[in-house]
Amino acid sequence: MKKLLTLSVLGLAIAAASSAQARDYDNVRIGVDVPYEPMEYRTADGELTGFDIDLGNALCERMSVTCEWVEQEWDGIIPGLMSRNYDAIISSMTINDERREQVLFSDPYITMPSAWFAPSGLNISEANEETLKGKTIGVQRGTLQDNYVTDNFNSVANISRYSTADDMVLDMEAQRLDIVFLDFPIGQSTLLESEEAEYVVVGERISEPKEYFGDGFGIAFRQRDEALAEKFNKALAELQEDGTYDEIFARYFGEEE
Amino acid sequence: MLDISAWFNDLLAGNLIFTPTTLGYYWEGLVMTTQLVFLSLVAGLVLAVPLAIMRSSKHKWISLPIYFYTYIFRGTPLLIQLYIIYYGVVFIDGIQETFFWPILREAFYPALIAFTLNTAAYTTEIFRGAIKATSKGEIEAARAYGMSQSLMMRRIIMPSAFRRALPAYGNEVIFMLHASAIASVVTLMDLTGAARFVYARFYAPFDAFLFVAAIYLCLTFAILYFFRFLEKKLLAHLRPQNT
Repeated sequence: MKKLLTLSVLGLAIAAASSAQARDYDNVRIGVDVPYEPMEYRTADGELTGFDIDLGNALCERMSVTCEWVEQEWDGIIPGLMSRNYDAIISSMTINDERREQVLFSDPYITMPSAWFAPSGLNISEANEETLKGKTIGVQRGTLQDNYVTDNFNSVANISRYSTADDMVLDMEAQRLDIVFLDFPIGQSTLLESEEAEYVVVGERISEPKEYFGDGFGIAFRQRDEALAEKFNKALAELQEDGTYDEIFARYFGEEE
Repeated sequence: MLDISAWFNDLLAGNLIFTPTTLGYYWEGLVMTTQLVFLSLVAGLVLAVPLAIMRSSKHKWISLPIYFYTYIFRGTPLLIQLYIIYYGVVFIDGIQETFFWPILREAFYPALIAFTLNTAAYTTEIFRGAIKATSKGEIEAARAYGMSQSLMMRRIIMPSAFRRALPAYGNEVIFMLHASAIASVVTLMDLTGAARFVYARFYAPFDAFLFVAAIYLCLTFAILYFFRFLEKKLLAHLRPQNT
């Protein structure tokens, strides 16, 4: 009798496990690294908001699933997806080949250049090996900006790597950094609009070479969750068609583009 | 020499994560960790000796402030102390114009200051315990010889207190090595910083962290053996005699 009971419990467990495997997600947990203004940040009263958040919520609404946001620091965000802490990442993640080996990407939902930001007193007009010689460059650890700066300027400049964009901005204001390399809109809202000091964009906005800067931001899934990615792609296309996307875009970036 | 580099290239061939570049990061990390831990331990030790003597003073007005200091630094996490010293100081208005700034600007010195103050607090308490445990007989004998307080401290109490403190201090050194892993939160590329860099770049937590764990293990072994050697030498009188 006892054996039978054990067996049936085991059977139930296996059945439950296999149904979880094939489940059609009706509750999607989404990983996000906060703050990264204006893509994802908290308002003064602690509410999660930003372009990614609004878009994610709109997508979930369109797919009629409930969404739960899970906060995760950037340098562990892909491992967190693999270990099933969440099922998708919507966190300003640029699609590139290196990451494609690890995760499955949705269609790009926004393209965003990177840019150099420096205090207006730095007085350089372009960032290259010569002008950055001996300077301290700030980047967020594990970002494509980190890879780009590491591969191009490691030999001439000091690179300080931060866990969050916030720490980096704080150190910029403390004058510990000479220049930082960031996604353009993030630099715009955290540095250009800062009241602490005056910052400027150095040189052009950068989105080449593709090897680093990829094909825009995408939503990341585990490789095997193709059905879920399809669902997100379909919903994204619908939002772009019916104007919801434009509305969210305008909310954070104004009417340009 | 050529053989070694050829052998090394062979070993790394086809390994996407452990390239000469990433191993270079680990090497720099090793140098950084060693520097940081060694310097903070030396400075901590130099601070701790007078502090421990003051801490075991009979006069409350000498021992209380020291107790307060060790209580604060042992009672709060090292990570918080590091945050306060690194990020906190920049909120002091005008700090950038003072002569402290060239020191506080670099991540290295705030980390060194935090580690030194922390290990000094623990070491002070270790030494104080050892000083207190000096046997009454030795003190009475020293007094009977007419030694002054300071001579007795120098010749009788401190030498035996050092010996008694040695095993506990060896532990503190190992704790300090492991605690130094938090240096990477203030942008220092120590061993853990190098591991986090490799982890974030290649999304390979196992490779990056197991490798660095192995390095920490080796360092710990070196420290353990050093202290075992010291204990053997300095505590020889406590070993059973072969007759």
